[in-house]
Amino acid sequence: MVVVEFLGPIAKDSIELDVSSLDEVSQELKKDSELNEWLEKCAVAINDEIVMERDITLQSGDRVSLLPPVCGG
Amino acid sequence: MELFNGALDVPEILKRWYIEEAESNYGAFIPFIGTVRDEDGIDGLSFDIYEPILEKWFNSWVEKAKDRGAIVKLAHSKGDVLLHESSYISAVFSPKRRVALELIDEFVEDFKANAPIWKYDLIDGKRVYAESRSQKISGSGLLN
Repeated sequence: MVVVEFLGPIAKDSIELDVSSLDEVSQELKKDSELNEWLEKCAVAINDEIVMERDITLQSGDRVSLLPPVCGG
Repeated sequence: MELFNGALDVPEILKRWYIEEAESNYGAFIPFIGTVRDEDGIDGLSFDIYEPILEKWFNSWVEKAKDRGAIVKLAHSKGDVLLHESSYISAVFSPKRRVALELIDEFVEDFKANAPIWKYDLIDGKRVYAESRSQKISGSGLLN
């Protein structure tokens, strides 16, 4: 299982998905209408490394994080 | 990198950093301090931080600074920070002024754009995500 966590203001508990690629994560998250609006705004990290491409294979135990727009300072 | 619950004790941090590097032979020390302003009827700001990625972001800047003979330091608040209190200090130490002046600009701007920190306005005891003032991190929209 792959864990998907939602950081900052998304205010949603982590979920587990039975998926093997980032593309499948996207397909699953799009089924949730509350998340749909966040997907366009969020950066993505796998195991705490921000990724820039979607063509990535995932393994069981991987953690995918969604990072909404930021404003430190 | 230092994270604190609530407002920063700015004089303590600046003094400590100054003393830490007093004999490191840096000719320039430039701190940038971010203070919460009284505007739009807010009572203060509040912050969430995702520390594992912030740590990596900061370490990448330690390396960039090192390549230019400089060092960077960072302090930030977690949780609530009230009006006229400070939530953020970035600082650069370098042998000469030019590198420090350029680096502090790049360091602060990249912090604003990519550090995984979320800001909320404190209004009537509630935290309201400051979305209109927030920036998408590089690579956003990957799952859209």
